Amino acid sequence: MRGEGFFVFLARITESPDRADLLKSVNKMAKSKSGIQKYQAPPRGKPEPVRDGATVSGARALMESLKAQGTEVVFGVPGGVMIPAYDVLYDEGGLSHILVGHEQGGAHMADGFARVTGKVGVCFATSGPGATNLVTGIANAMMDSIPMVAVTGQVRTTAIGKDAFQEADITGITMPITKHNYLVTESSQIPRVIAEAFYIARTGRPGPVLVDVPMDVALNKMQYHTVPDVKMRSYNPQTAVNLDGVEEAARLIAEATRGVIYVGGGAINSGAWKEVRELARRTNFPVTTTLLAKGAFDETDPLSLGMLGMHGTAYANYAVRDCDLLINIGARFDDRVTGKIDAWAVGAKSIHIDIDPAEIGKVYIPDVALVGDCREALEALLSCVNERPRTEWNDQIDQWKQDFPLWYAADQDEVILPQMVCDELWKATKGEAIMATGVGQHQMWAAQFYKCRHPRTFVTSGGLGTMGFGLPSAIGAAVGAPDRTVWCIDGDGSFMMTNQELAPARQHKIPVKVAILNNQCLGMVRQWQTMFWDHRLSAIDLSHQPDFVKLAEAYGAVGLRAEKPSEVRGVIEKAMEVNDRPVIVDFRVARHENCLPMIPAGQTVEQMILDRPRKSIG
Amino acid sequence: MPKVASKIGSIGQQHTITVLVENRPGVLARVAGLFARRGYNVDSLAVSITDDPTISRMTVVASGDEQTLDQISKQLTKLIDVIRVADYTDAPMMERELALIKVDADTTKRGEVMQLVDIFRAKIIDISETTFTIEVTGDVEKINAIERMLEPYGIREMVRTGRIALIRGARTAIQT
Repeated sequence: MRGEGFFVFLARITESPDRADLLKSVNKMAKSKSGIQKYQAPPRGKPEPVRDGATVSGARALMESLKAQGTEVVFGVPGGVMIPAYDVLYDEGGLSHILVGHEQGGAHMADGFARVTGKVGVCFATSGPGATNLVTGIANAMMDSIPMVAVTGQVRTTAIGKDAFQEADITGITMPITKHNYLVTESSQIPRVIAEAFYIARTGRPGPVLVDVPMDVALNKMQYHTVPDVKMRSYNPQTAVNLDGVEEAARLIAEATRGVIYVGGGAINSGAWKEVRELARRTNFPVTTTLLAKGAFDETDPLSLGMLGMHGTAYANYAVRDCDLLINIGARFDDRVTGKIDAWAVGAKSIHIDIDPAEIGKVYIPDVALVGDCREALEALLSCVNERPRTEWNDQIDQWKQDFPLWYAADQDEVILPQMVCDELWKATKGEAIMATGVGQHQMWAAQFYKCRHPRTFVTSGGLGTMGFGLPSAIGAAVGAPDRTVWCIDGDGSFMMTNQELAPARQHKIPVKVAILNNQCLGMVRQWQTMFWDHRLSAIDLSHQPDFVKLAEAYGAVGLRAEKPSEVRGVIEKAMEVNDRPVIVDFRVARHENCLPMIPAGQTVEQMILDRPRKSIG
Repeated sequence: MPKVASKIGSIGQQHTITVLVENRPGVLARVAGLFARRGYNVDSLAVSITDDPTISRMTVVASGDEQTLDQISKQLTKLIDVIRVADYTDAPMMERELALIKVDADTTKRGEVMQLVDIFRAKIIDISETTFTIEVTGDVEKINAIERMLEPYGIREMVRTGRIALIRGARTAIQT
């Protein structure tokens, strides 16, 4: 059971006063029947708790400050200038550390952890290459507004700017991809900087914050003081809703005959799902979610339109085309949602709710803007919205759903269709699992066929579209939600970018289950080249990939394979039985399957390519 | 009102934006980087500390249409180190710029150049056998005008501080 996993084990180790006993127990566990090597924590001392005003090293203050912010687990890789921090970790009782294979993986784990828990994810990296390896993970969190604190080591303050060994100007590098960042120059700043970093990361529109700590700042002694509350004159995230617009918004709702509720990641961040459901119930307006908002509204609800946009459902896109009122709750009119913006929702009035004032009018100018926390704004709005009956609009939506459902050829005997795997995973987990994804065709199929029922259960890279996000984010999600089943629908291309993270997953007995929809190519690029580039398939072939079953076994994970549709259900069941190590399932799927429906980039719903009839399968 | 926000780089009115920021290392890079990566046009940027040593004041002159300028203000406000953004364009304000102009002024031209300097209430702050260096303060039009008048004599080198501005009356940037 995951509940009996490494947290409990770590706690036991830190409590044990006797090192000899401890080592015995570690050895005993290492030789247990399962053959799985248990997590072998080093023998640890018992640190005195740091009292307010005590003189400690900067590194010790760093760890204490992280704990004061509620940090329980850190994903990272040590290195020269991070040794002071890791030395504190050696004695540390309250903070678990997961040694990851690559810093990008650590950042994605912190990201996945944050997405399922709503807490701030924390990752560590050393200076120079360690820090630059975080860049993709940080940019990913920035694009999707995920709260994260990244702590990096830096060369000594006296060596900064001298091109010292493993020096990189990481605050300069991450300036455009963090919500804010810090270069700490005095040890005494550490408690305040860490408190501010968490405050900035989790409030307002959340985002990643990087804290760069030079070696000497970590080594120097300072007086530790707790930071009771953070006040910054230059940062006051607006949470109070500007109420002027509420009545106007309610009037638009009352006057509308064809409303659509368009929900984005902001609704998840603010925990507004009850309010979204209530607004839908009361107005009978259908609800479509962006990729990031999957789960903010139960996709099995009759009012759900599923995802909208480029690979969204036809009925969601038709509904947006024909609506006369669009209620945007925490979404940002991304180009993958709107296509050609000048031709999107042309006849509609619009209400835009967002906590970030800069999102209002950035892409699309609403008739009414409510700037503030989505949940508070909806609460205010609901107080003046009346019940509305079902109308012809609902009938029209139902008709579209009937005429243009998501579809795949379920009657295939020979070749597994990727959609079928997503569908079967949905049936096997009843939509109750946490589902992570990589980026590509498989991600879109997962979004289409894995109907999310709960918020914070769909973990995917939206804005940045980061291939390789799947496995590490699933691991982070599993650490954050140890009692949940965590699956990852991955592509073979995506999986190969970060599969080294199987090592920490196995070390910590994290039973993530990866379903690789293996079409032996970079499927989405192949699809574009096929559809828009005259079948000139350039650099998409991945048929020289490793044997994923053997690869899984090499890592000490379980490797399974399905090659025929009849085998799909069986391997999913087998994978579900494993609860003490990662599982990789290699689904050999149709190579030339295209992900449809599709609105080609920059075009309109009128150019939507539907998923029937199809020319070739397999 | 058009539904769709304007394209980046669209031409429009020039705006004078005052930005009060925390006086910390890197803050100029944050502001400059924001303009660069979001594709906003900056015509001038002047930075200095203020009466409060923890606060720096930037005066940014940027051009674009109304929506672009609205985005610039909002995006600037989002920067954590930015305390206050105030667009002075529609407010009664005083704008000044200072220029140093090194102009050819051999013995045959000196009299005429000195007359021009007088007319513009500028100052000659350095002299050589062949040149004057002129200091002139004023609004943009005045600087442009003296530059135009001096051009025929031969401007060797010129530097402008970029525009700075304060609002008229007792109000301050914090209060606007």
